Amino acid sequence: MSEVIVVTSGKGGVGKTTTSANIGTGLAALGAKVVLIDTDIGLRNLDVVMGLENRIVYNLVDVIEGTCRIKQALIKDKRYPGLYLMPSAQARDKTAVTPGQMVKMISFLKEQFDYIILDCPAGIEQGFENAIAAAEHAIVVTTPEVSAIRDADRIIGLLEKQEFDKIDLIVNRIRPDMVKKGDMMSVQDVLDILGVPLLGAVPDDESVVIATNQGEPVTGTASQAGRAYQNICMRLTGQEVPFLNLYGNRSVFAKLTGVFRKNPGGVL
Amino acid sequence: MKHFFRFRKTRAVAKDRLKILLISDRVTCSPKTVDLIRNDIASVLSEYMKIDKEQMEVEIKQVSGREMDEKKPVLYINIPIVDLRPSEKFTHRIP
Repeated sequence: MSEVIVVTSGKGGVGKTTTSANIGTGLAALGAKVVLIDTDIGLRNLDVVMGLENRIVYNLVDVIEGTCRIKQALIKDKRYPGLYLMPSAQARDKTAVTPGQMVKMISFLKEQFDYIILDCPAGIEQGFENAIAAAEHAIVVTTPEVSAIRDADRIIGLLEKQEFDKIDLIVNRIRPDMVKKGDMMSVQDVLDILGVPLLGAVPDDESVVIATNQGEPVTGTASQAGRAYQNICMRLTGQEVPFLNLYGNRSVFAKLTGVFRKNPGGVL
Repeated sequence: MKHFFRFRKTRAVAKDRLKILLISDRVTCSPKTVDLIRNDIASVLSEYMKIDKEQMEVEIKQVSGREMDEKKPVLYINIPIVDLRPSEKFTHRIP
């Protein structure tokens, strides 16, 4: 059974593309056959984050318009045997594709892949409609900021109307030091407000910037963010993985009192 | 009041702002819902008086509440009456 997952957020710049790249890579590392589809027509980026920008010949719009076969547009990632990328078109705009065409193309890809991951553009216009049309599972990415959470709430409202099977949340760019000082909302604060299940919390980590500079995904590395993404992938395959403790070691007293709190262990 | 807020952690400030913001964001309902409300209200009222359904205004507005930045949603409806007697179909309902 293949699963079609859309990674969306509403607001731009919260880490949709980085999340898509790392989830795709992480799932492929676990042995799944994965295709990542960049649906941001006109502003393609997933190829750069994956480090595959020099190997693009055909793109999503070529497939939709019948200029090439689906297989010709798929770029094979050399790092993992089951990982493929379908890049978006840079010289076109989002009206080049309709939701119906996306559904048709993805139903074909479903026969060959375990996971189809769609990187959604920012906004709630046609690009968003195209990206969500064929998906049954949505991952909403947000950061602990008022504007990003507000947009995430709006997106969740729109997704709920579309009868998604599953809507999960990833809270990205958490800075545990700032949360401790009371200068940033915690993962639990964000969950209280949005009311959708948490798939994972990713700390704001230098290693993400360093990895992206080189076109390498961060999943599977020993960094905090790498481990967070790896745990997210394991949860997607149905494994129960405890959430990372981002706040470092706690005193014995804090651990004892923590037992009685709503969030035992205080990791969120 | 300002004085008091300055000592609050910005984490709590952000959370409170969001709560208020989302209450008003979440009430904006779709044009389809507004149309359903319009039709239902028109059909109920038509049993008591003749109204001009075409000129009826139905909208959800944000109104300032008692607190400084408090916003509350209200349902605003304006219905022009054509005749205070209902159409013949319904006259039996009025005692």
